[in-house]
Amino acid sequence: MNRTLYDKIWDSHFVGTRSDGNSLLYIDLQLLHEVTSPQAFEGLQMAKRPLWRVGANLATPDHNVPTESRELGMAGIKDLISLEQVETLNENCKNFNVKQFDILDKRQGIVHVVGPEQGATMPGMTIVCGDSHTSTHGAFASLAQGIGTSEVEHVMATQCLVQNKAKNFEVRVDGLLEEGVFAKDVALAIIGALGTAGATGHTIEYRGDAISALSMEGRMTLCNMSIEAGARAGLVAVDDCTLEYVKGRPFAPKGELWLRALESWKDLHSDDGAHFDNTLSLRAETIEPQVTWGTSPEMVCGITSSVPDPMAISDPVVSESTRLALGYMGLEAGTPITDIELDQIFIGSCTNARIEDLRVAAHVVSGKSVAKKIKRALVVPGSGLVKQQAEEEGLAKIFVDAGFEWRAAGCSMCLGMNPDQLGEREHCASTSNRNFEGRQGHKGRTHLVSPAMAAAAAVAGRFVDVRSFF
Amino acid sequence: MEAFVLHTGFAVPLDRANVDTDQIIPKQYLKSIKRTGFGDYLFDSWRFLDSGEIGMTPNERRINRDFVLNEAKYQGASILLARDNFACGSSREHAVWALLEYGFKVVIAPSFADIFYTNCFKNGLLPVSLSEQEIDALFLYAMQGNRIEVDLEKQRVSVEDQSEFYTFEIAENLKKKMLSGMDDIALTLSQSELIERFEAMHRENQPWLFRE
Repeated sequence: MNRTLYDKIWDSHFVGTRSDGNSLLYIDLQLLHEVTSPQAFEGLQMAKRPLWRVGANLATPDHNVPTESRELGMAGIKDLISLEQVETLNENCKNFNVKQFDILDKRQGIVHVVGPEQGATMPGMTIVCGDSHTSTHGAFASLAQGIGTSEVEHVMATQCLVQNKAKNFEVRVDGLLEEGVFAKDVALAIIGALGTAGATGHTIEYRGDAISALSMEGRMTLCNMSIEAGARAGLVAVDDCTLEYVKGRPFAPKGELWLRALESWKDLHSDDGAHFDNTLSLRAETIEPQVTWGTSPEMVCGITSSVPDPMAISDPVVSESTRLALGYMGLEAGTPITDIELDQIFIGSCTNARIEDLRVAAHVVSGKSVAKKIKRALVVPGSGLVKQQAEEEGLAKIFVDAGFEWRAAGCSMCLGMNPDQLGEREHCASTSNRNFEGRQGHKGRTHLVSPAMAAAAAVAGRFVDVRSFF
Repeated sequence: MEAFVLHTGFAVPLDRANVDTDQIIPKQYLKSIKRTGFGDYLFDSWRFLDSGEIGMTPNERRINRDFVLNEAKYQGASILLARDNFACGSSREHAVWALLEYGFKVVIAPSFADIFYTNCFKNGLLPVSLSEQEIDALFLYAMQGNRIEVDLEKQRVSVEDQSEFYTFEIAENLKKKMLSGMDDIALTLSQSELIERFEAMHRENQPWLFRE
């Protein structure tokens, strides 16, 4: 039978059917962070259950670590409730013997940056984490899904996830992306076309020559946002680019074992003629740099467009959502996207805080300055190692010279659990993944864009078409 | 987890599509290391006009009188009527914990986000999918102050006087789990030989996945 990539990974991890009819899927790696793990560890302790397989867990604090004064370590966490959460992760990792890159470890960072960087993410794996952007790791042809805390505890105790199999969704992007258009724009264009629930109940596989042409970092950006189209997981088939990236990383197999792994990974693509339940096709040339104007990632358009008019939308639910979104965002229907004035810039998050993202942003701002009207422009690298590399490459200096603040690794203003937040009614060009109400700060207004677009917006103080910078 | 068999209660209509988990429970409350204490902050930025922090009680807050949950007639409602793609976004189970602690036992919507839907069944909150038209009808019943009955065994939502009812679909295994309220982990561990057998084979086939 011709199988999709998802079918293959599912089959190779299918443990069996539980007595109540549910499927059990074996999990190779569970990533842990401070926010969604404490209740799971507590549940284990209360039931006096051990971890099924200690070595299948890897932890790092990311969601609410401050991105300033990192050299102070735990003492740098001024918020006592955040401190308790990070301390709890330390204690749990110690008590359960889980490997952790703690707040002072230079390998600390956003879990979805750290996993691939360490080679802990490998092709053909099943990966879970109590975080919906776990879909990121699908870039390596691994089935990676965000799960709730009860599921985290279940995986801790049994190494299995109770799950019904999802359907297959093919998203094809063929053709050549224009200069200045990036994986983030592709992701946003797909979400715009599918809608935020368009792939609910499905695993997406991204295919086509525009996808194969993406770097691993681009593929991670794309898979990261699968959840924003409703899919728990997104996948890209294995090719040389994947293998090249994984080779030699600390957790990756070496020598004989590497050769065996290569042999096994060769098959990690959909068979010709495999059945997809749904398909969406886009042409790469038609994708402009994207900007979200509303309060859901599906509320997005190209840089040359204008804010839509709710009165012109016939579907009453969509029209009402649009009206509410424009009210929240403080935008008038018909306003050109390039007229949206900005207050803050955020370059970071599990979507766009890898070295390639920082290189592109630095290229755009090099020799220029952040516009006077911008109150704050942040660059938050995805991990301590990304930070170090960016400093070695001179990128940090370019950002600082241009007027950006150069911070330590963490989730930061993507969700504003730490002190990095938007003020009320402030507009932010953000390379993160969600523009939900209040996400980056109470009454804050988020516009999702690529790192290049955010960098150009920092210089101009409003959105500009970054294609002119390339 | 408490078993769910049948529930009758008042319903509150939340007329918004794509309600995300950041709205259900904003991030500042996720700093807690407990499973409880989230009910006071459910729909925080819609229920209140000020920006809250962990530890604040509703009577210290500025209430948003225009938000439907704050209307007098919906106090004590235990069924939430919602629109498409309810609870999209983050995987935070805190969203389910907050809804339950506030007093909701059932959420009825045309569709739900996947992770939230799974999280509901781990905690005894019943998500029920009905058509847009059926939900429109329930919106009216709720606004008129009728109680609604949700019968999981019969897979039926009805107006209390039984003048109208709608049947709903639910996967048999999820239904069974909800009706029994059984401990998921204990159930899986009762078949641990199955996992051990698989794991041994998996280790043989892909030894690089087992670094320990």
